[in-house]
Amino acid sequence: MTEPKTLIDKLWSAHEILRREDGDSLLWVDRHYVHEGSFHAFDKLAERGVKAAEPGLTFAVADHYVPTRGSRTNIAVPEIARMVRQLEENTAKHDVKLFGLGDPRQGIVHVVGPEQGLTLPGLLIVCGDSHTSTHGALGAYAFGIGASEVAHVLMTQTIWQKRPKQMLISVEGRVAPGVGGKDIILSIIAHIGADGATGCAVEFAGSAIRALSIEGRLTLCNMSIEAGARCGMVAPDAATFAYLKGRPYAPAGEEFDKAVDEWAQLVTDDGAEYERQVSLDAARIAPVVTWGTSPEDALPIDAFVPDPAREPDEARAKYLRDALNYMGISPGRKLTDITVDRVFIGSCTNARIEDLRAAAAVLAGRTSKVPGLVSAGSSLIKRQAEEEGLDRIFRDAGLEWGESGCSMCVGINGDVVAPGERCASTTNRNFRGRQGPGARTHLMSPAMVAAAAVTGHLADVRPLLAGRKV
Amino acid sequence: MDKFSRLTATACPINQANLNTDQILPARYLKWTRAMGLGKVLFQDLRFDAEGKEKSEFPLNKPAWRNARILVAARNFGCGSSREAAVYALYDYGVRVVIAPSFGDIFSGNAVQNGLVTAIVSDEEAAKIMAALEHTPELPVTVDLERQTIVCGNLYNFTIDPARRMRLLNGWDDIALTESYRDKIAAFKAQDRTQRPWAAPSAKA
Repeated sequence: MTEPKTLIDKLWSAHEILRREDGDSLLWVDRHYVHEGSFHAFDKLAERGVKAAEPGLTFAVADHYVPTRGSRTNIAVPEIARMVRQLEENTAKHDVKLFGLGDPRQGIVHVVGPEQGLTLPGLLIVCGDSHTSTHGALGAYAFGIGASEVAHVLMTQTIWQKRPKQMLISVEGRVAPGVGGKDIILSIIAHIGADGATGCAVEFAGSAIRALSIEGRLTLCNMSIEAGARCGMVAPDAATFAYLKGRPYAPAGEEFDKAVDEWAQLVTDDGAEYERQVSLDAARIAPVVTWGTSPEDALPIDAFVPDPAREPDEARAKYLRDALNYMGISPGRKLTDITVDRVFIGSCTNARIEDLRAAAAVLAGRTSKVPGLVSAGSSLIKRQAEEEGLDRIFRDAGLEWGESGCSMCVGINGDVVAPGERCASTTNRNFRGRQGPGARTHLMSPAMVAAAAVTGHLADVRPLLAGRKV
Repeated sequence: MDKFSRLTATACPINQANLNTDQILPARYLKWTRAMGLGKVLFQDLRFDAEGKEKSEFPLNKPAWRNARILVAARNFGCGSSREAAVYALYDYGVRVVIAPSFGDIFSGNAVQNGLVTAIVSDEEAAKIMAALEHTPELPVTVDLERQTIVCGNLYNFTIDPARRMRLLNGWDDIALTESYRDKIAAFKAQDRTQRPWAAPSAKA
């Protein structure tokens, strides 16, 4: 009998070309996604005068810098226009397929990859973006890399990696209505810390994970990097195969069936071991919001803001004081007493159709007390949402219905939160200045952002869902 | 890439957990090329206020630590965004070593590509080194990569991935290393195409 293997073991060994004595392995890369920010890497190729080794395995998306408000054909800010143009030039030069502005399939790279069927179970996927962990939701081994590594992958289609430690995070049981993938991952990060999975490849398992839709799993894996994980993944199952069937770049017909036979093997064998294991009880997870400046600063919505005066550890107390000072929140307050100035629904974390539907279910027939922007994860999702009439719900509530891109998550494309403004946001990072210098971000699910919009403060979405079809 | 073996220099303590790459280099500078001088905007929003005035309380603005080439930080330094320009900013400012209890994985990967040493010590050791520097700001610190030691009044051992240590000591270029395995890569690719035909993007799209 062969030794039982984890999903991570199986994915790793399928891509390992060689392992050196010093422990570094050279891995084959199945898909390489690039975006406007990848220009440093293209410059490195230009310096060496070389072309991309496998342009057919490289796909580009214009997402980080594209405006999501105002004209996209005549971009107002020259520096931003240059970033978008640079990607067009670099991809043309290297024969790389680009989902650029004007392409109906354009969107956020971590939304477009799965949506187009480029992301598949069993693949090794890299991208010069930390949220590449998203693609693990379909059973891929996917991780973010830096510019030098992007250049290395472009030149060789391989990457050096040290075999990571393996961690199993299981969530068993059923989550309450109004609780979803975002609440689960924020609860996990609060539990293990923003470095709780550093150096680890993570497999998410358990009945609550299995019960998540593919959209929910994408949200979950997206934020595994916020716990420090190298990558996060969910074993592919019937839901994965159903999601992928008929996607443009996925295998079709008989080839799809054959692929499914192989993908179905991508599960952890009974008795296989992980270096670390953590488990959470799904029934105890409430809708979660962040109060501070790290994703680990997350609490259930019915909780109170921590009080540094009650913190015995001086270093921790200082951390709390600094975070609360930046956030402009007094210690010990009820989270639901915190008023917001703005809302944002979008990003690679929570801008898929299910996310938009969840927010619309709360907003339908109601008015937002604060201004806000909704930016779909891809132009195709935008169109689908319009066909479903979701855009009307958002507009009627008083929110702006924008174009697709990274938008107000990154603060580099013109969409920013003003200094000192407080934003309830479906994004992934509440870092200082992340949504713009001086911006204050509270992370939460799309439904919870909608709840903050209609109440004007951080709020439990559950009472607002009473009597509504979700 | 420059080799690194040993450095004695001033060290600046920055006692903030989860100091992410958005703090090291704010996103608005990501459009800059390296030639534009990323070192100038290292920790921009921590070092300067909105009017561009120095914040005197930020450690790197204190006279003794202004020219530090070693940083001593708290846990999870460099977490967050994969932006390699955060490493460029540190390096171009003059920083050659960051000592911390833990680092963001992508950050430490980027560091080794650019000759920046990420030395891991325990939480207690990091706190002790920071306390020593708070007490004697000019205290010279020696980081020896060959021996994996830090001398800062006391002697501390640090850890670093052995493969990364070798790359830093030798100043190796990854591309050249990979090119030496060209035949193995080609053989893998040929075999993989027959074993995993579904892994190629569908040509029908």
